[in-house]
Amino acid sequence: MTTSAPSKNYADDVSLLVVTLDTNPFFWSSFPFHFSEFLSQVLAFLNSILLLGQLNQVVVIATGCNSCSYVYDSASDKNHASTNGTMPAIYSNLLHNLDEFVAKDQQLTTPHHKPGTIPSSLLSGALSMALCYIQRAFRSGPMHPQPRILCLQGSTDGPEQYVAIMNAIFSAQRSVVPVDSCFIGSNNSAFLQQASYITGGIYYRPPQMEGLFQYLSTVFATDLHSREFLRLPKSLGVDFRASCFCHKQTIDMGYVCSVCLSIFCEHHDKCSTCR
Amino acid sequence: MNNIAGKPLNGDLEDDDEDEANDDGLEAWERAYTEDRSWESLQEDESGLLRPIDTTAIHHAQYRRRLRALASNAATARIQKGLIRYLYIVVDLSKAASERDFRPSRMAVIAKQVELFIREFFDQNPLSHVGLVTTKDGVANCLTDLGGSPESHIKALMGKLECSGDASLQNALELVHSNLNQIPSYGHREVLILYSALSTCDPGDLMETIQKCKKSKIRCSVIGLAAEMFICKHLCQETGGTYSVALDESHFKELILEHSPPPPAIAEYATANLIKMGFPQRAAEGSVAICTCHEEAKTGGGYTCPRCKVRVCELPTECRVCGLTLISSPHLARSYHHLFPIVPFAEISPSSQNDPNHSFPNTCFGCQQSLLSQGFGAGNKAELSVSCPKCKQQFCLDCDMYIHESLHNCPGCESFRHSKSVTIAQ
Repeated sequence: MTTSAPSKNYADDVSLLVVTLDTNPFFWSSFPFHFSEFLSQVLAFLNSILLLGQLNQVVVIATGCNSCSYVYDSASDKNHASTNGTMPAIYSNLLHNLDEFVAKDQQLTTPHHKPGTIPSSLLSGALSMALCYIQRAFRSGPMHPQPRILCLQGSTDGPEQYVAIMNAIFSAQRSVVPVDSCFIGSNNSAFLQQASYITGGIYYRPPQMEGLFQYLSTVFATDLHSREFLRLPKSLGVDFRASCFCHKQTIDMGYVCSVCLSIFCEHHDKCSTCR
Repeated sequence: MNNIAGKPLNGDLEDDDEDEANDDGLEAWERAYTEDRSWESLQEDESGLLRPIDTTAIHHAQYRRRLRALASNAATARIQKGLIRYLYIVVDLSKAASERDFRPSRMAVIAKQVELFIREFFDQNPLSHVGLVTTKDGVANCLTDLGGSPESHIKALMGKLECSGDASLQNALELVHSNLNQIPSYGHREVLILYSALSTCDPGDLMETIQKCKKSKIRCSVIGLAAEMFICKHLCQETGGTYSVALDESHFKELILEHSPPPPAIAEYATANLIKMGFPQRAAEGSVAICTCHEEAKTGGGYTCPRCKVRVCELPTECRVCGLTLISSPHLARSYHHLFPIVPFAEISPSSQNDPNHSFPNTCFGCQQSLLSQGFGAGNKAELSVSCPKCKQQFCLDCDMYIHESLHNCPGCESFRHSKSVTIAQ
């Protein structure tokens, strides 16, 4: 079956890094750090991944608030050489595709979100696409690169994506693909903490955005084999408690419906979701 | 080298024993070909040249056929499923299980596949329990009790299992029936019998036992390794289970893994009960407590039962002191994809792909692979692909298999906000 854990025939130290880049305009417009400075640090980081090994591969998926799409694949033959010689080819390719994506994403916006809240980005879609790409890499032959996923996320978690994100996390766990998260928003993201804990990745919230490149290159740039020799940020206190469906509060003890698995904090005679 | 007469030297004793044991009158080079028939994996193509069999195309065709069969059976996608399962696996350890038609022996193949099945079962049904029962010499014994963690069962399987005597279907069913009567009423009771024998040696009337099981709503399924037997078929028909007979090792693996997803719920169990469960928090690093599972002092790690505050080592489990079921939210989340399954994708025939009215992008939406086949002289012929009926995105067959078997999310539906038609109440 394609879904069982792959045999450890990895080509030595060759990584495939799939990055999901949060481009949610609602988040970036209210964030003190500017998107262009963020992007320049991320691009330098991606370039350094490609410099670490000739066979390393980087794929970038943009996570918008209405759609997700691939914006860069270092192994693709559609990449064109640097157009004006002032920046590396990776930068011009990625920026060109990202421009197109953001414009298309904006056209799909409808003003339907609740006022006062920031709509979340579609992390579940980006993770699903990343996992499909990684499965393709597994099929490419016995000496395939070691895949991992890095989520550069700032938007808050969208509770409507909970089931889809958990499905993606369990599938990543089965295929032995670690999901690292670099979360730049204000409060910790429970979904990404759980993702990194369950799949064996790293969750890190950089304290200072000006030094983002340093955090990225010291924490997230190492390949999986070398991680055993490094002291990387440990995850503290991942909260696995559930929230009840009626009040959305986290509970210690609750009642679970045997048919639909909804969680309630008080005993009812009938489950309200099942009827 | 073979059949050296005379006393062997001490150092060669083991070698000679091995040679003689495997010797069927074959030379050593002939023995290599009894197991591996490499000429069977070749076939001729149109021009008479030899080629290795193209397994991916066969794999895809099998997958699509299976999916079509499943789709025609399932009337709607929202059939209620039995998520909290109490499953007994009955392993037949009669003389027939030591037959060597499954290499190396039926018993070894069963042990290996049951281990894989147990891991897969707990992966898909984290709230369920499994117990092992063996039957030989005309009696049935409980190998392990109903438990929620795979390690104890796998350890028991890996121990030495002797095969002898006759299998007894009635004794096994009676044992399982008495054990399953003690479980709570919301649990789904199931038995999976792995039967190698062609007979059963019973103390009484097997039909009565079958009626007893049917009345207690125990769903019995049988996987036969020898041939189809009427009594097994009757048992499965009466209790609503499935009966299948394995043709070879890989078919057996397929058949046993089909039992890991939850079966459709029996109507009487469809009434919802609210079960009290606890969601423990992880204990602080560096705290010392005596854990209730191993009864020794442990530092760090572990979880604290919210009701009686004792330490348990792993989840899911039942607190030994107060009896509360302890789980964490990812365990519940593992079962959500059974409740919200994704629709099977529809095939796109290659002819409609070249139709100018439909604009198919010809790259798979999930993995960005080109869907035009790249064979010799194939030109731009499009390969078989599928599309999601909801978001209309195109996917290759490998992504289709991965999405339906492991991921359970359609990347297309998840990547477009306004195509979400189902909102999960959370």
